[in-house]
Amino acid sequence: MIQFDNVAKRYPNGHEGLAVVDLHVAPGEMAFVTGHSGAGKSTLLKLIGLFERSTRGQVWVNGRNLNKLKQRDIPYHRREVGMIFQDHRLLPDRTVFDNIALPLVVTGMRRAETGRRVRAALDKVSLLKKEKVFPITLSGGEQQRVGIARALVSKPPVLLADEPTGNLDPDLSREIMELFLQFNQVGVTLLIATHDLGLVDHLGRRIITLQQGRVADDSQRTT
Amino acid sequence: MAKRSKSQLPKRRFSLDTWLLRHAQTALSALGRLWRTPINTLMTTMVIGIALALPSSLHLLIGNMRVLSDAWEGSASVSLFLAESVDEAQAKAVRARIIQRPDVVEARLISRGHALEEFRRLSGFGGAIDLLDHNPLPAVVVVRPHQRIQGAAAVKRMADTLQTYREIDLAQVDLQWVQRLSAITRMIERGVWVLAVLLAVAVLLIVGNTIRLEVQNRRSEIEIVTLVGGTDAFIRRPFLYEGLWYGALGATLGLLLVLVSLYLLNGPVRALAGLYESTFALSMIDLKGLLGLLIGGPLLGLAGAWLAVGRHLARTRPA
Repeated sequence: MIQFDNVAKRYPNGHEGLAVVDLHVAPGEMAFVTGHSGAGKSTLLKLIGLFERSTRGQVWVNGRNLNKLKQRDIPYHRREVGMIFQDHRLLPDRTVFDNIALPLVVTGMRRAETGRRVRAALDKVSLLKKEKVFPITLSGGEQQRVGIARALVSKPPVLLADEPTGNLDPDLSREIMELFLQFNQVGVTLLIATHDLGLVDHLGRRIITLQQGRVADDSQRTT
Repeated sequence: MAKRSKSQLPKRRFSLDTWLLRHAQTALSALGRLWRTPINTLMTTMVIGIALALPSSLHLLIGNMRVLSDAWEGSASVSLFLAESVDEAQAKAVRARIIQRPDVVEARLISRGHALEEFRRLSGFGGAIDLLDHNPLPAVVVVRPHQRIQGAAAVKRMADTLQTYREIDLAQVDLQWVQRLSAITRMIERGVWVLAVLLAVAVLLIVGNTIRLEVQNRRSEIEIVTLVGGTDAFIRRPFLYEGLWYGALGATLGLLLVLVSLYLLNGPVRALAGLYESTFALSMIDLKGLLGLLIGGPLLGLAGAWLAVGRHLARTRPA
């Protein structure tokens, strides 16, 4: 589903995001990316969402070579990749419903269908009663669940999460991880960047450790 | 995993009614955003309105000046001064010959006696004339050319032909000042075009800058729409509508300004024309000017918005 062939990313300011990375994430797999800050976790995710282009090597997502994707096709690629962020990235002046509906609105989906799917997504993150409130009135954990609902409302085959539990206490973090495990059970490929090894170590999933822009360790954990 | 270098991306085509609905919604919400910041909107609109009204009213003024100078050129008459040797009967014969010409509508003879009388009455030098032992004034035939003799050059050519008559000493076209007026009109016209282009660029920049600020204010929103796969067109659309509204509102205000100033000017102009025994009145804005203002304004707004959003989008491309 996601494949990195000999990928390097150097930013215009000379900073080296990724030195050289070979990686393969199979369809339906759930993997964690860990490493110190600056090890290249965010760069890795940005390359998959095409917010950056690699300076060397090839990135493949869902059978598509991202290096060959034209500028105007990038939005359509992003619709197949749900993204979740540490700071949620919600629009404060729109309701929970409108925030979650955004990925469908940009595709020009009809209103009735949009409503149906937004409520289904809200149900999955147990926030059905909150659709009319503004994000600011929600707790951190609830806001993150709105962010997750937005990422999965368009049913993308790939979900990326960048430190999704970074601002949450252990209980809420476990809740979020529980959600991710549920999505994975229905076949969504997940790649989750986190530095919270304690949280993910016992989940029995693949953990990819980055160090200075290289894969230092890549192992399947057993429970 | 199968590798496809040219894998088909799912691009949903909107149905027409959904598409129209989205556009209508975007247009309305853009207007709503302008409405919520009335002071800013009013100030921007007024700047645009004044910038559009200035060249429009000057253009109108030039149009009016041209109508006026064309009318004067058309109404030019040629004065034919007859030789002193020509007596009354001969003068009448010359007049009769001239009126036969196809390019002449009217020929009026002012005999030497009449001329003298008129001179005595109007010039105030009657006493001086009486000192002379003979009438020094020549007889004059005043000729009004046919309507198809248009423009100063044609009238001048006609005068030159008439001058070849044996009895005619001098054929004079008193048109120089009309020609000068029309030359000045042409010069100002060019100036108005230059001014119009400059002010159009100003409108472009005003809208562009306003939209640029709006883009700055909504940067995080644009970023999030990009994250979830919004196309450039989707991101651009609300701003384009805003630019369009600014242009349209500015053009309407500009039109209003032009009409009000025309109304204010028309009274004095009529009074002035009355003094010259003319019924001239300022003509209202014509259809071409009206359409130019009402279509050009919004288009300028649209272009300004396009430039502003385009710059932002270009900066946020993945490198």
